[in-house]
Amino acid sequence: MEAFFGNLELGFTTALSLQNIALCFGGCLIGTLVGILPGVGPIATIAILLPLTFQVDPTGALIMLAGIYYGAQYGGSTTAILVNIPGEATSVVTTLDGHQMARNGRAGIALGVAAIGSFFAGTVATMVIAALGVPLTKLALIFGPAEYFSLMIMGLAFAVVLARGSILKAGAVIFVGLLLSTIGTDLQTGDERLTFGMIDLMDGIDFAVLAMGLFGFAEILRNLDNPETRDVVKTKIGRLLPSMQDFKDSALPVLRGTFLGGTLGILPGNGAVLGPFASYTLEKKLAKDPRRFGKGAIEGVAGPEAANNAGAQTAFIPLLTLGIPPNAVMALMVGAMTIHGIIPGPQVMTKTPELFWGMIASMWIGNLMLLIINLPLIGLWVRLLKVPYRLMFPAILLFCCIGIYSINNDAGDVLMTAFFGFAGYAFYKFGFEPAPLLLGFVLGKLMEEKLRQALILSRGDFATFVTSPVSAGLLLVAALVIVVAILPTVRKGREEAFLE
Amino acid sequence: MKRTFAAIAVAAATLTGASTSAWAQNYPTRPITMIVPFAAGGPTDVVARIVGESMSKTLGQQIVIENVAGAGGTTGITRGAQAQPDGYTIMMGHMGTHGAAPALYPKLRYDPTKDFAPIGMAAGTPILIVARKDYPAKDLKEFIARLKTEQDKANEAHAGVGSVSFTTCTMFNVMNGIKPTRVPYTGTGPVINDMIGGKVDYACDQIVNLVTQIQGGNIRAYAIATPARSPALPDVPTTKEAGLPDYQVSAWNAVFAPKNTPPAVVAKLNEALVKALDDPGTKKRLLDLGGVLPEGKERTSAWLGEYVAQEVARWTPILKAGGVVAP
Repeated sequence: MEAFFGNLELGFTTALSLQNIALCFGGCLIGTLVGILPGVGPIATIAILLPLTFQVDPTGALIMLAGIYYGAQYGGSTTAILVNIPGEATSVVTTLDGHQMARNGRAGIALGVAAIGSFFAGTVATMVIAALGVPLTKLALIFGPAEYFSLMIMGLAFAVVLARGSILKAGAVIFVGLLLSTIGTDLQTGDERLTFGMIDLMDGIDFAVLAMGLFGFAEILRNLDNPETRDVVKTKIGRLLPSMQDFKDSALPVLRGTFLGGTLGILPGNGAVLGPFASYTLEKKLAKDPRRFGKGAIEGVAGPEAANNAGAQTAFIPLLTLGIPPNAVMALMVGAMTIHGIIPGPQVMTKTPELFWGMIASMWIGNLMLLIINLPLIGLWVRLLKVPYRLMFPAILLFCCIGIYSINNDAGDVLMTAFFGFAGYAFYKFGFEPAPLLLGFVLGKLMEEKLRQALILSRGDFATFVTSPVSAGLLLVAALVIVVAILPTVRKGREEAFLE
Repeated sequence: MKRTFAAIAVAAATLTGASTSAWAQNYPTRPITMIVPFAAGGPTDVVARIVGESMSKTLGQQIVIENVAGAGGTTGITRGAQAQPDGYTIMMGHMGTHGAAPALYPKLRYDPTKDFAPIGMAAGTPILIVARKDYPAKDLKEFIARLKTEQDKANEAHAGVGSVSFTTCTMFNVMNGIKPTRVPYTGTGPVINDMIGGKVDYACDQIVNLVTQIQGGNIRAYAIATPARSPALPDVPTTKEAGLPDYQVSAWNAVFAPKNTPPAVVAKLNEALVKALDDPGTKKRLLDLGGVLPEGKERTSAWLGEYVAQEVARWTPILKAGGVVAP
């Protein structure tokens, strides 16, 4: 315990230097902005800003980059609520109820709950990292290929249950996502699969391209199609501070979300993406009246938002303690660290404690700043989003195109995004929900990789997935989730719940 | 920042003063793009950014890094090879793009030996043979002997066909007549994770990714494939010391320009690169990463040209023998 406080003290003294506070603030502000502007994600932003950090010391540089990362998580939720565009993969779930709340004239409350829930989750996650960073890394080591594969199966099972509309449609959409993820160079043989000889497809489809097309571009098409149903909330944002009743309703979801998101975030392999989905499903199952979900239930915002932020934070654990980046943003952080001469790994904690603990303390300070920046600035963000469409659309498209182009400096990616924009529009017209597709796509790549690794290691024996207790347990949960969703009575209730 | 501006101003003034009628003498008059054929943050990107920063100061123009990732780095190099040969587009090639690629990608749209004007070697990162910490072999000889008896019972992990860990371990396996079960991953991060977790047996990888894990005792290093031991890991023997002297391999990174770039421009870029390698700050940052820097004639453009030809000639038969199915 003494070490715990000693470490935190060291961290806060480092993080509270004037320079580091300024960097943290700058990072959070930029992060929120890019999170709000669809098209420019944190990956592109961090990559662009990386050279700028050469001028400051490594601790400051990483504090700023981390600020961009979790700032973007906050910003992503704002657009999810106000415009129905998830700024980040992790805020996909927030669109379900957050945007409905906004349509019901409770945009302010939704934003307030998201911000407060995220702050709480961030605070807890910071303490978790500080206290458990060291022992928790062992958990990551339990997860071999077989366990990961089962984890992914569980994630997909959740996605099916979660989707709006019929289970059949959700399943079909997930399979499309899985299929899209198989495009590219075969991992094992190096053969090209489904590329039709196109160089742009050799490395598969970029997540940002797919997400931006299906959500960003398609959303714009959809709005052009039907201008009066513009999804940027027109009603008043209303008060931001939730009422006592709202607090009561969201307290437990926030707690559960923090726990779920924080736990899943530790897993390398982008477990953070699963957090909000898991939290949403859990809240819906626990709710007295699940029918409110999808229509603006505050629990459906509070839980996933807390899970989202807790996961974003605990995702630093594998990076900081094992040196293993759990997702693309963290991979960039590894790059930033090595550029500054710090090689991520278990040694960072002992060799450069001021960096390790400084970064952790700055996360908490960053969360506090985000709360302070965002609550008063929400008005500004809303005004930004209320710019007339004739100005807004070209601007969003331009930002999207710049963002997409900047990822690989490849014009082909921009064209592909346009293609997925049309695809997303078609999906919408035929009543398919694109969110499960995205999850299928994200998990598909890893799933294939882990499935093949597990089977190679077991020399083709499928029993490997049930002989490991962790893997067997995860598969069991997946099976249960599906069975519960398919049971006729439950299904009836579920369809009613999603009826709009 | 101020220092950079001052340096740029001084350099610019010098250049203007020394201007002659020859266009190449004025070079560079605008920023230079350096294509890095991998994502930002990878080992090649890190070397490019460190070297590029110092070269910018010498040249008096900013070197802008452009990451064009894809197809084992060949996408970016293809683009670089087709750029205007005016010295304003250069690229950071590496062992894969300029050594192994012709064997791995028969449809490759450039020839590493013919389509480039070599500038110079930047830095190489040594390759280590590592295994899970409880692997029952006390040194490299025992390790190889055991792998030979185990053959496909042993699990070797690599970061995907065409990656550095894949090609260098193919060489290790071919050289020793080992045919392990090869487990593909999408990067060396997860490879090391599963090695620490004891799920896979061994791998070959760049020192940058391994130092802390080896120092921390999470994985075991059997040998380093360089002529001399690394100061970062003084306890790890070289392959020569450990009884496998022919296994000399490094993931080298070198600067190239498109072919037909004027010789005066090539000379200027080479000069800036050499100056970067002599700069104490730059040198320290590269060495801290475990990098091996070129010395003497290895710094010339001509040497790099010969080296590329040697590498292509060396890798092609090894990768064919390794049974790599070319896409």
